Amino acid sequence: MNALAESFATALALIVGFDDRLLSVILLSLQVSLGAVICASLIGFPIGALVAVGDFPGRRLATVTLNALIGLPAVVVGLLVYLMLSRSGPFGSLGLLFTPTAMVIAQTVLIAPLVAALARQVIEDAWREYHEQLVSLGASRSRASLTLMWDTRFSLATVVLVGFGRAVAEVGTVMIVGGNIAGVTRTMTTTIALETSKGDLPLAMALGIVLVAVVFLMNGLAYLMREWSMRHYG
Amino acid sequence: MADSMVDSIFPLAMEGVSVARNGQRIIENMNLRLNGDARTVILGANGAGKSVTMRVLHGLIKPTAGRVTWAGQDERPTSQAMVFQKPVMLRTSALRNVAYGLKLAGVTQAERLTRARAALARVGLAHLEKRAARVLSGGEQQRLALARAWALEPRVLFLDEPTASLDPSAAREIENIIAEIAAAGAKIVMTTHSLGQAQRLADEIVFLHLGRVVEQTPAAEFFGQPRSPEAAAFIKGELPWV
Repeated sequence: MNALAESFATALALIVGFDDRLLSVILLSLQVSLGAVICASLIGFPIGALVAVGDFPGRRLATVTLNALIGLPAVVVGLLVYLMLSRSGPFGSLGLLFTPTAMVIAQTVLIAPLVAALARQVIEDAWREYHEQLVSLGASRSRASLTLMWDTRFSLATVVLVGFGRAVAEVGTVMIVGGNIAGVTRTMTTTIALETSKGDLPLAMALGIVLVAVVFLMNGLAYLMREWSMRHYG
Repeated sequence: MADSMVDSIFPLAMEGVSVARNGQRIIENMNLRLNGDARTVILGANGAGKSVTMRVLHGLIKPTAGRVTWAGQDERPTSQAMVFQKPVMLRTSALRNVAYGLKLAGVTQAERLTRARAALARVGLAHLEKRAARVLSGGEQQRLALARAWALEPRVLFLDEPTASLDPSAAREIENIIAEIAAAGAKIVMTTHSLGQAQRLADEIVFLHLGRVVEQTPAAEFFGQPRSPEAAAFIKGELPWV
């Protein structure tokens, strides 16, 4: 118990003292996850809109597939991206393995289905409400999906925050494709895993505290934005 | 009132139209002919097929059988708009909601805001143009829906129970605006549950019963002496004191 309290005190000191090692890990984590959620949104929103508004055979199958892919285990995604990027893999010549870029790619693959599935739900609900009105005004399906994406912008922003939260908190993909190299590809989650096994509990705890704070912040922002948008736009 | 208008899109006709959904017939072998000037109110009990008839006429629902023609042609003219029972507003200002309809109609950007402002002024919402549309009251939103439709200067305006969810004073405001839109040269086709509203607004009544047109009668005549026993029973049911 005493050791725990001591570790906790040291952890707080690291945070308050803006420890360099700590900061670089936090920064890389945020950069990778931000990059991933941007890429995932660029991929996921159009796919979500297409499945929500589109009129094509296999729409239901696409919906089920998107929802199923949310549950894709992070380590499996990591393994697949690893195989793609490894020297003998199809993209091996790019030399991306064990770089932050590889981590962004892997996290993008991991959270794009989540972003797409949530976006589909949001846009489809709006489409159900607006369908007749938009068709009556003469909107094509592509015009309608753009309108719906704009109209659901606050909900979609929440989707981005959820995606970011998932990315920043996951350990499986970044560990496998990043390799957890000190100062290069070490994120908050991989550092926590490593330092805990090494016995450096203060650093692990400090990162744990920051990580939980980030996740809380994301959810708090999502909540506030929803409140604000409901109040101002209904 | 429409004599000077180009009436090349009328008559609007349904020829043997049937609509079935999940194997259930909603309207059956319906024939109807609407001219370009009378204000037509479609009456009938719940489930008579009023809303579906309107949607078929407007082109939102494709008939299972039969066809809708405009001046004998299959092509659907763009000069039409519809106002729904529950107004559907985008999450933006009142003004931009009206402008959005104009944008889809291909109106140039420069002209959009001018026309949208004029339409808002006509329905008495000019002072609320900057307000978010979805936080307006039910009555204001329905007026906004009318402004959005009116800004398009449609030759035909369809209204599906436009006052069903409004209180009486808001409903009267809507009725006044509908009358003005009609006076400005739009053909009105509307459904309502209110016989009083039908009496105030209709030039002719189309009475539906179980998915069929039972009669199409000038309004004055319909309320005094309906031709069909179904309509007589309906009026008696709605206005038992008459």
